[in-house]
Amino acid sequence: MKFLPLLMEIMQLLLLLTAAPVFAGWVKMVKCWSQGRTSPSLLQPYRDIAKLFSKDVVLAENASWIFRFTPYIVFGATLLAGGIIPILSVDLPLSATADVIALVALFAIARFFTALAGMDIGTAFGGMGSSREMMIASLAEPAMLMAVFTMSLASKSTSLSQIAYVIANSNIHTVLKPSLAFAFLAFVMIAIAETGRIPVDNPATHLELTMIHEAMILEYSGRHLALIEWAGMMKLFLFMSLGAAAFFPWGIAGAGNMAAIPVALIYLIIKFAFAGVVLVLIETGLAKMRLFRVTEFLGAAFLLATLGMLAHFILE
Amino acid sequence: MDIQTTAQIINFLAAMVLLTAFGMLVQRRIYGLIHLFAWQGLFLSVSTAIVGYAAGRHHLYISAVLTLTLKVILLPYILNVLIHKLKIRKEIETVVNVPLTMLIGIALVIFSYSLTAPVREMSTLVTRSILAIALATVMIGLLMMITRRHAVTQIIGFLAMENGLFFAATSATYGMPLVVELGLFFAATSATYGMPLVVELGVAIDILIAAFIFGIFFFHINTTFDSLDVEQMARLKEGE
Amino acid sequence: MPLLILLGVPLFAAVVLAFVGDRKYAPEINIAGSAATFLAGLDLALDVYNNGPMLAGNKFFFVDAFNVYLAVLTSFVSMTTAIFSRRYMRREREHGRVGHWGMRFYHAMFQLFIFAMLLCLLTNNVGVLWIAMELATLSTVLLVSLYRTPTAIEAAWKYFILCGVGIAQALFGTVLLYFASEKVLGEGGEALLWTNLIQSSGKLEPTILSLAFVFLMVGYGTKVGLVPLHNWLPDAHSEGPTPISAVLSGLLLNVALYALVRCKAIVDGSTHTHYAGNIMMGFGIISILVAAFSLLRQKDIKRMFSYSSIEHMGIATFAFGLGGPIATYGALLHMLVHSLAKSSIFFTVGHASQMHRTQEMDKIKGLIRGNPLVGWGMMFGAMAIVGMPPFGIFTSEFLILTATIKDAPLMTPFLLLGLAVAFAAVFRKVQPMVAGEIPPYQKSMKVANAPVLLHMAIVLAVGLYMPVFLNQWFHKAVQILK
Repeated sequence: MKFLPLLMEIMQLLLLLTAAPVFAGWVKMVKCWSQGRTSPSLLQPYRDIAKLFSKDVVLAENASWIFRFTPYIVFGATLLAGGIIPILSVDLPLSATADVIALVALFAIARFFTALAGMDIGTAFGGMGSSREMMIASLAEPAMLMAVFTMSLASKSTSLSQIAYVIANSNIHTVLKPSLAFAFLAFVMIAIAETGRIPVDNPATHLELTMIHEAMILEYSGRHLALIEWAGMMKLFLFMSLGAAAFFPWGIAGAGNMAAIPVALIYLIIKFAFAGVVLVLIETGLAKMRLFRVTEFLGAAFLLATLGMLAHFILE
Repeated sequence: MDIQTTAQIINFLAAMVLLTAFGMLVQRRIYGLIHLFAWQGLFLSVSTAIVGYAAGRHHLYISAVLTLTLKVILLPYILNVLIHKLKIRKEIETVVNVPLTMLIGIALVIFSYSLTAPVREMSTLVTRSILAIALATVMIGLLMMITRRHAVTQIIGFLAMENGLFFAATSATYGMPLVVELGLFFAATSATYGMPLVVELGVAIDILIAAFIFGIFFFHINTTFDSLDVEQMARLKEGE
Repeated sequence: MPLLILLGVPLFAAVVLAFVGDRKYAPEINIAGSAATFLAGLDLALDVYNNGPMLAGNKFFFVDAFNVYLAVLTSFVSMTTAIFSRRYMRREREHGRVGHWGMRFYHAMFQLFIFAMLLCLLTNNVGVLWIAMELATLSTVLLVSLYRTPTAIEAAWKYFILCGVGIAQALFGTVLLYFASEKVLGEGGEALLWTNLIQSSGKLEPTILSLAFVFLMVGYGTKVGLVPLHNWLPDAHSEGPTPISAVLSGLLLNVALYALVRCKAIVDGSTHTHYAGNIMMGFGIISILVAAFSLLRQKDIKRMFSYSSIEHMGIATFAFGLGGPIATYGALLHMLVHSLAKSSIFFTVGHASQMHRTQEMDKIKGLIRGNPLVGWGMMFGAMAIVGMPPFGIFTSEFLILTATIKDAPLMTPFLLLGLAVAFAAVFRKVQPMVAGEIPPYQKSMKVANAPVLLHMAIVLAVGLYMPVFLNQWFHKAVQILK
């Protein structure tokens, strides 16, 4: 294996680990501004994680190994997902072994174990959260796959690196494709559902009627909670970079081009700053949906993704 | 603009027309529905103008302008006024099983695609794929009329279906002389190219009369049934 | 020139009647307009009879043996209907079922409807054909809801929506037709002219035309009232005023079938197969069977005869689909005699229901004793419509049956079954109405008998002896549709 791609891979993972909390902080910051509040600093998520790591873990008496292992599995799976999404460069060794379908599967593993852990303790909240999470997942994942297929139809590959590369180096005709526009809309909706943002879920609430993701991890504490929280931030970061890689890959570094990395980084910061603002706009502009409306929301996402695919066949 | 870019833009607009059709299929609020209808008209009108420009059929400009006035401004305005006057409930009754409706809609798109596939293969026009989208829009309008139980919604479904036909006539065939809207006025009716314009005018008059009739109907139904819910119209059945 | 009068008179009369409104002499103007239309139609027919098919008005109109006979039929039945409606509508006005504006509307729209049908028959442009068809629907929608009762409004809404949907499919078919013909005939109006299309039909792309025919079949088939697209028909035909029922059942269905047959001719020329015919046969035989069995369940007299219209349209569609000279001849004859018999039945039904103030068959009794002309009129009408000899419908059905045995023997049992069930159903229902004692609530009244007698006389005459000119006419039409 060549040295450069490996270095790239490691750099990207480090970036993921360090930048994810910053991005989470940025989203919180913009949200505070939009509501006229003073915001905590960008580094606040680091402090939260650090504090959690220093605390003791409190385990329920009937917690099994699933409950104890889940934080590591979730964290590991999410980190691994970071290895195959081209964030800075398309030149990733892992990308050749795992394509976008594997990515969906990695997220599914993380979710599966979170749901199991939620039920493991046997509290009412955990079970409720798991059941809701699985309902959303059962709708979001087909839609996600459909959107992904549409993207891969446009670039004729399921490898994320290849998708980003093709789109980045295409002319205006490819970019104007209606199929990509549909896939993008679908992707935004799925990303909102998958990362548990308003209007599907509210990460800031612990209200039993509405919480989904928070209900599953209610029993976690200490370093377990820190890992899960961190993985959650990474997931948000990853979905943003997935969107950036698939739909707005301009500025991403090409294969073997080390010099382009600083430029790619600057592009990335601009894109993420913008993405954070858009996310906040969506979150403040919409009210949280009732749970049974989520099916329609994700149904619409599925519809859009399918329409994108059909548009590819009919119109392109 | 080269031909490829034009085709690209037209295809994009076609996709937007289809998207608005789906939006209408699942929209609950009546005002939202009218907005979507107006948007669809706008996409249609822009697409017609672009086809007119690209293919050098300048009479399509007039069709585009008429679509704009009729479908984007006039009809939505009339519908809004009617709804206001008749004090119709703002929220439409729940739509029959939204996800199922969407799936049927998708199936209809696929059906339209396979149905028009032979035609598409035979055509050389850059806009040939529009035919499938147009047929799908017609079908979705039809589906909307079947699944909705409200007089206003049914009419909007009817008009959306009509949009699909218009799309087929202008974009897919590069402006059939039978342009489905108000068409051209008598002034443009020259001796040689005159007949199709008569066709256009005729179709336009039909549409206008239809618009009048549904307006009258809203009043009649509302006064007779105290609601525009078509569900209440179930007296005529077999074997009563 | 007669062409211009033929189309101009009803349009002019519509405008005049819109202004005359509810004045006393409005029905007379209506009759005069229709009579003038009829005379112009006869003149045109004579012209075509002597000089053969003609194109007129910059190829905009095309008249041949096929459509001119339908045009004469249309103008004739509309004239007799106008005569019938004079007294009928006056009585409805007295009963308070129609208001001042209703009468104005009724007369104007009646003439506009006639105009739309004639335009539909005479135009050479398949686009205008569609427009005229839609105009015919629109002009009658508000006539169906004239009484403003909940059921009438429901029926009209159904009519409006279903036919609107149907006719939209026909427009899509027309667009596809243009799509195919534009390549052969070039752009512009020429590519929509029927005469051009039929001439170059061999060069048109068969795949596109096959697809187009499906849409045209569904579209115009809805207007013909073929099962399973027939849902609007019994409602619309039974809830409107009786004169409107008569022209809807007697004329509009014919015109829609005419449109379908014209389109079939083009498609046949392109595909060189029996594809379009098979589709029509399928729709036809299903319509016959479903309508025949539905007849058994009817309680409303006008609904029952509406179903009978579906059945007869099914027979004609089936025969046109079957093709061949005998079946086509039979279908043409069937359109003529059904139109006359059905409208005359609706006239007597109108009288009977006015005498009893109801449309329920259980309450209509003792017609022959109450008013012999109405009673016998209905009896003979029913005999004619079920195809008893010596009436004309027997002749046409016999011809169609013969052709079926020859060309599609497997269909024969179904056709016979449909005819037999319809026969039994209509007789079982009509018998108690015409016979028996006069019920106490029956009112005697003066009725307009001339239209009924005239129609029945023609149906009988055609059954007994086919006039030479009519025979030649049909032969010419058969040649056209070959």
